[in-house]
Amino acid sequence: MKRLLFILPIIAFAGLAVFLGIGLTKDPKELPSQLIDRPLPEFALPGIVEQPGSGPPELNGFASASFRGEPRLLNIWASWCAACPQEHPVLERIASEGFPVYGIAWKDKPADSRAWLARYGNPYAGVAADEQGRTAIDLGVTGVPETFIVDKKGRVRFKQIGPISPEVWEGQIKPLLQQLRAEA
Amino acid sequence: MKRALLALALMLAAPPVLVLPAAPAAAVLPDEMLKDAGQEARARAISKDLRCVVCQNQSIDDSDAPLARDLRLLVREQISQGKSDAEVRDYVVERYGNFVLLKPPVEADTLLLWGGPFAVLLLGAAGLILWRRRAPVAAPDAAPLTEAERADLDRLAGPSN
Repeated sequence: MKRLLFILPIIAFAGLAVFLGIGLTKDPKELPSQLIDRPLPEFALPGIVEQPGSGPPELNGFASASFRGEPRLLNIWASWCAACPQEHPVLERIASEGFPVYGIAWKDKPADSRAWLARYGNPYAGVAADEQGRTAIDLGVTGVPETFIVDKKGRVRFKQIGPISPEVWEGQIKPLLQQLRAEA
Repeated sequence: MKRALLALALMLAAPPVLVLPAAPAAAVLPDEMLKDAGQEARARAISKDLRCVVCQNQSIDDSDAPLARDLRLLVREQISQGKSDAEVRDYVVERYGNFVLLKPPVEADTLLLWGGPFAVLLLGAAGLILWRRRAPVAAPDAAPLTEAERADLDRLAGPSN
């Protein structure tokens, strides 16, 4: 009994250390998405061109309805986003490997978005502007960049918070997209 | 010089009404507020319970983050559309999950969070009771004194009258 009382604080400490240790490995910024396995919220967003209808068609916005028939990536970015240039080469690689990436410029002036794409190059099959940030709230966006993987039926299947690293692309997202392509 | 004197005179003469009350420590800007004071009060109350997902230990009422402002405006928009407090909360929870509630609801996966402290308290109380009950038993039995000990004690205590 005495010995047990002596060991008890040590056991309690060890338990606490394990729990807190696990807690340290988790990033509190990564909130689980509410959208997983649910349809992409409906939106129809304008593009980032000066005059609607002018300029390249891919810069003229898109709607949630276009996320059908083929799995796609929906990337939330902004010209003011610090991590986006870091993610940019990966997005270009994804596009060059034949997976369509759509981009929503979040809380960004269209002129700034245009300048950013002119500077870094445009990896997007479609670009839209969410200046008010309302669509981003519907998507549960907490920051940029974030990327949603949408399946053939328009359901969200995966959410990446923060930039897609080459490792995440190779190890997680690409296999998922290949699997989604194979789905009926 | 004259202008400065005039300004000073005006400042001294300013009625106390002009002295602003202590500014509330909130991030709500005047242009965000609803005209209806009752609705604005409801919006403030809801905002205080909603976590800012960017700066996670602040409510959206406290946070200056642009996303917090968007959510404040959203809350106010929903209220002016005639939604109830619960409906507004549900709207945000549907998008961001229970995590946005600074006070999460009692559910299966939050049971440990809500019940944990009470469980520890009960455990502690049970331990204490067990320990108190056992304590007298654990004390060594007082064996009766032997004859020699009694004689020693009598000698030390002096003659008993």
